[in-house]
Amino acid sequence: MAILDLLIYPDVRLKTLSTPVRVFDEKLHAFIANLEETMRAGQGSVGIAAPQVGYFERIVIVDVSSKQKIKHHGRLILINPEITDWKGFKIGREGCMSVPDYTGNVIRAKNIHLQALDENGIEHEYDMEGYEARAVQHEIDHLEGLLFLDRLVSRRHDLFQRKCY
Amino acid sequence: MSQWFMITLVGKDQIGIVAKITTSLYECGCNLGEASMLRLGGNFTIMLMVAYDGTDQSLHNLLKPVADKLELHLHINSIEGQLHQHQIPNVRVKVYGSDRIGILAQVTTALAKAGFNILDLESDVGGDNAKPFYIINIEGFATAGIETVETVLEELSSQQHDLEVKIEAIETVVM
Repeated sequence: MAILDLLIYPDVRLKTLSTPVRVFDEKLHAFIANLEETMRAGQGSVGIAAPQVGYFERIVIVDVSSKQKIKHHGRLILINPEITDWKGFKIGREGCMSVPDYTGNVIRAKNIHLQALDENGIEHEYDMEGYEARAVQHEIDHLEGLLFLDRLVSRRHDLFQRKCY
Repeated sequence: MSQWFMITLVGKDQIGIVAKITTSLYECGCNLGEASMLRLGGNFTIMLMVAYDGTDQSLHNLLKPVADKLELHLHINSIEGQLHQHQIPNVRVKVYGSDRIGILAQVTTALAKAGFNILDLESDVGGDNAKPFYIINIEGFATAGIETVETVLEELSSQQHDLEVKIEAIETVVM
């Protein structure tokens, strides 16, 4: 396995539209292993998308299991992912390994229904919420050539409300 | 070799302030850094980091004509600051209530006691002259954890019943 070189903004290749994966073979599995190692080498990183390492196919890895007290599906390999339903929205703060030293507020759907293939081409469906749903939406944006910088909102758009005394 | 300055400009709001100030700076080879620019009470306010190859006096001389033309108060400080010093906030606090004196002092005194470092604070007065309300939105870093901040804010709420106090963790998703 190897840690792959990350594309760093303003590298224009981050704007590339990625194509669907068609072949599920050992080469794909080897790439996924390297992509995961790259993700886990990033400080605090809970997700990565193939275009972040200059490989423009629709492959995403998300694993938010390190976060306490949230619902999640553990380690996920998401190939050709499609969000088929959305519910609610919330502003949250995001950062990205391809955009160092900057975090910003972005609006994402609170709940999503997701269809994706795994590394063997088997289809799965997931209902996700909160932190995990945000991570997946961020990663799918990479497949479309979008960065969270494209979705930043002003601090005056604040919509948070959680705990009241 | 250039160094960083903090430029402060305040004056009655009008169209073109930012364009004229930044064009003057650009034409003199200044490089801009982080900035806060905001309309407050009909005034436009600018706090702007500028890297400039000269003294604070020469930068002042350069900007004074355009500031005077726009009727802006100009202040320049040489600063030690650097870029890429961002601290990621981990707690957000919102407070609102009928306007009265002392709200911000009480809230921020409690936060300071809890080891909370304010990174971004905005406050505003809404309602009307007869019934104004005050609203505060703060993002910061709780050095002693969110629980410590919750404790001091619960204490504040129990003493100041007129204030609605909300707190939440900011979970930054890094990918």
